[in-house]
Amino acid sequence: MTRYLKSAGYTLGLPVILLTGWWFASAGSTNPFWPPLSTILEAFPTTWTMDRIVGDILPSLARLGIGFGIAVVLGLVLGTAIGLSPSLRALSEPVLEFFRAVPPPVLVPIIALFAGYTGWLGKIVTIALGCLWPILLNTVEGVRGLEPTLTDTAKSYRLSPWRRLVFVILPGASPRIFTGARQSLSIGVILMVISELFGANRGLGAAIVQFQRSFAIPQMWTGVIVLGLIGVLLATLFKLVENRMLAWYVGQRQIERGA
Amino acid sequence: MSPTSATLTPSSRPRPRPRTATRSSSPRRSRDLWLGVLGVLIVLAGAELLSRTGIVNPDFLPPVTEMYAALFAMLGEGWFWEALWLTVRGWAVGLAAAMALGVVVGYIIGSSTFLRRFTSSTVEFLRPIPSVALIPLVILIFGTQPQSAFVLVVYAAFWQVLVQVLYGVADVDPVARDTARSYRFGPIRIARSVVYPTALPYIMTAFRLGAAVALILEITAELVIGVDGLGRELGIAQSSGAVPETYALVIVIGFIGVAVNLLVRLLERKALWWHPSVRSEQS
Amino acid sequence: MTFTTLLSGRSAKAPEAPATDVALDLRNVQKTYDTPGRPEVEAIRNLDFRINRGELVCVVGPSGAGKTTLLRSIAGLLDLTAGEVVLDGTPVTGPPDGMAVVFQEYGRSLFPWMTVRQNVELPLKEKGVPKAERKAKAERALAEVSLTEAADQHPWQLSGGMQQRVAIARAVAYEPTVLLMDEPFAAVDAQTRAELEDLVRSLWKHLGVTVLFVTHDIDEAVYLGERVVVLSNRPTVLMEDVSVDLPAERDQLTTRSDPRFGELRGHVYSLIQKAKAGHRPDEDQEA
Repeated sequence: MTRYLKSAGYTLGLPVILLTGWWFASAGSTNPFWPPLSTILEAFPTTWTMDRIVGDILPSLARLGIGFGIAVVLGLVLGTAIGLSPSLRALSEPVLEFFRAVPPPVLVPIIALFAGYTGWLGKIVTIALGCLWPILLNTVEGVRGLEPTLTDTAKSYRLSPWRRLVFVILPGASPRIFTGARQSLSIGVILMVISELFGANRGLGAAIVQFQRSFAIPQMWTGVIVLGLIGVLLATLFKLVENRMLAWYVGQRQIERGA
Repeated sequence: MSPTSATLTPSSRPRPRPRTATRSSSPRRSRDLWLGVLGVLIVLAGAELLSRTGIVNPDFLPPVTEMYAALFAMLGEGWFWEALWLTVRGWAVGLAAAMALGVVVGYIIGSSTFLRRFTSSTVEFLRPIPSVALIPLVILIFGTQPQSAFVLVVYAAFWQVLVQVLYGVADVDPVARDTARSYRFGPIRIARSVVYPTALPYIMTAFRLGAAVALILEITAELVIGVDGLGRELGIAQSSGAVPETYALVIVIGFIGVAVNLLVRLLERKALWWHPSVRSEQS
Repeated sequence: MTFTTLLSGRSAKAPEAPATDVALDLRNVQKTYDTPGRPEVEAIRNLDFRINRGELVCVVGPSGAGKTTLLRSIAGLLDLTAGEVVLDGTPVTGPPDGMAVVFQEYGRSLFPWMTVRQNVELPLKEKGVPKAERKAKAERALAEVSLTEAADQHPWQLSGGMQQRVAIARAVAYEPTVLLMDEPFAAVDAQTRAELEDLVRSLWKHLGVTVLFVTHDIDEAVYLGERVVVLSNRPTVLMEDVSVDLPAERDQLTTRSDPRFGELRGHVYSLIQKAKAGHRPDEDQEA
């Protein structure tokens, strides 16, 4: 019982201190940029109504999901092909080296030329393209770094190419694939927001900037908090999926480290 | 501990390989080099053709030759070098600040079990908050001044660095630490001779991840907020319909990214020549 | 050269008895590594021997004798420079049907993302064995190596010796014509090793499988094998094909203290010493 209390204390201690600190430090604030925390919290329910959730948050998340999904599929397919073929790898390496070094936000003006940013298409393409490279490159590395004894084993039991892919290559590369996907997801969130900042738009990022432009400061703060919560939520979801799918890897590493 | 960092991924583990060496022989390498050049040429020629033949509207994708013409024209102009300098400076200053802050805070928190447990929930919560959430705030406070970019860059890179340093300090062999204590080493000597060598690979990883993120946020700040730099010029070029210039700027920014990656790799080789992941890369 | 030639003369008689049913036939096998930009490495100059169905043959040689090269060539994982390996009358061109390999690196030859049972069943799935039968076969193979309880664990949760037993169970369940083992016990401790040696002997005896067992351990080779093929140093040729005339019923205590065991062991040991010193039968003939 005391152990639970202690661990709860460790987990909640600092957040409680920080929040109360914020509460009291901002309590009497008259600075328009730093409204009292109480004001921000009061603005919350009136700002994030059902209409806003359906009209802004969900579409933003849907675009993120679609773009990220496209990037995962493309990255896995291309990454596996490149990882398995030394010639293809040599051919594409300098090109990939360049594309992965391009900071994804510069895609925004280029895609604006083609598709504009009022509809969904431009935003989804931006997110997908930005998320593609970390997954692609990590898949290449994961496939390339596959344990040679495992490949030999698969060969000597004459596993068909399809079985080899599903049961050997992809699981073997999965720790690297997840590393890439995690990087992609955080880039995706950045692109989700900034793709909504151009042109007339709805969406989470657009809403927050509209609050800022119209000097609705407490509302803007609630937007910042919502965006932060979404980031935390996505990271938690990702971790859940990862822990499930990489349970073998985590367990194996723990044993290796303990030994 | 989740496989977050690149140093923890399986491919960087040193692996004795009794196999016969087939890699890294010189004809193979030069063949790879030529294939790489070929790959670049295919992409360039492909883009040129798509545009020249009109398969893709040349208003959206001008021929590559025009992009490079615009690029060379830019090289002769003062604003270009000014913007380039501002971007690189913003990146470097922000990254340096994030590194310094991250290493110091990480070392302090990592050295104490109490602090580590006390802060872990807060770190786990604050880390995934996207730095772009701060955009409206910094616009209000700093407007288009370089400080706006600075805050975003530092915020984004700081967490990367902090988490890596925490991993690194946690990775220190407790026996080595106890040995150092039993010889009554002072805290500074422990930091220098016990913690630093263990944590160095993690700090290099932090630098690699932080450098990439810092560049992304610097460009974002310039493009979205309008802080002076190449990103802002890019936004202006695009909205004024100067399409070849838009592409030329994207190419320049891409090359900055490539240069950052090369710099990081060079530093890693220099600092970690003794580390297995670097050695195995060369073998 | 008296002792050697005497013995090799005697052992040469054994295979001359009309080769009834040859499971694995190596015909003038040669392997030269020819990597562009590197000096050529002649790994195997000439190896020519055969293994009858149901035999257990050990291959020993000094370190660097190309044992692993030989095994990978037989397994179809390496292309030969000349000669051929014939399994069951069919020349080997890629990994052949009817051959299973147990690698030295047990930790790396088992798929860590699968349970023990899934590891054993995967090759059967590929063979198209129906589900119920597959399950029964895996069950039986795991029972053979006494790992029934560990079936639903992951390989990395088991000790090194148990992991190698999983790899053996996987190979046995596959029901190969020839089972290849590449220094399978080099990385386990001495006690486990003795247990695993007895396991291989008993599996061999009651499953009737043909086994080619590569090792660097002379005692192990003599203890396990019906024949011991001794290799020279690189470029590899056959030093001698020693037949082991120990009783079929072997156990760690009595067999190892049998005077005949000592003689054979001493003989193979002296062959290896000669091989290390650069003595080569092919050059002897020239001299």
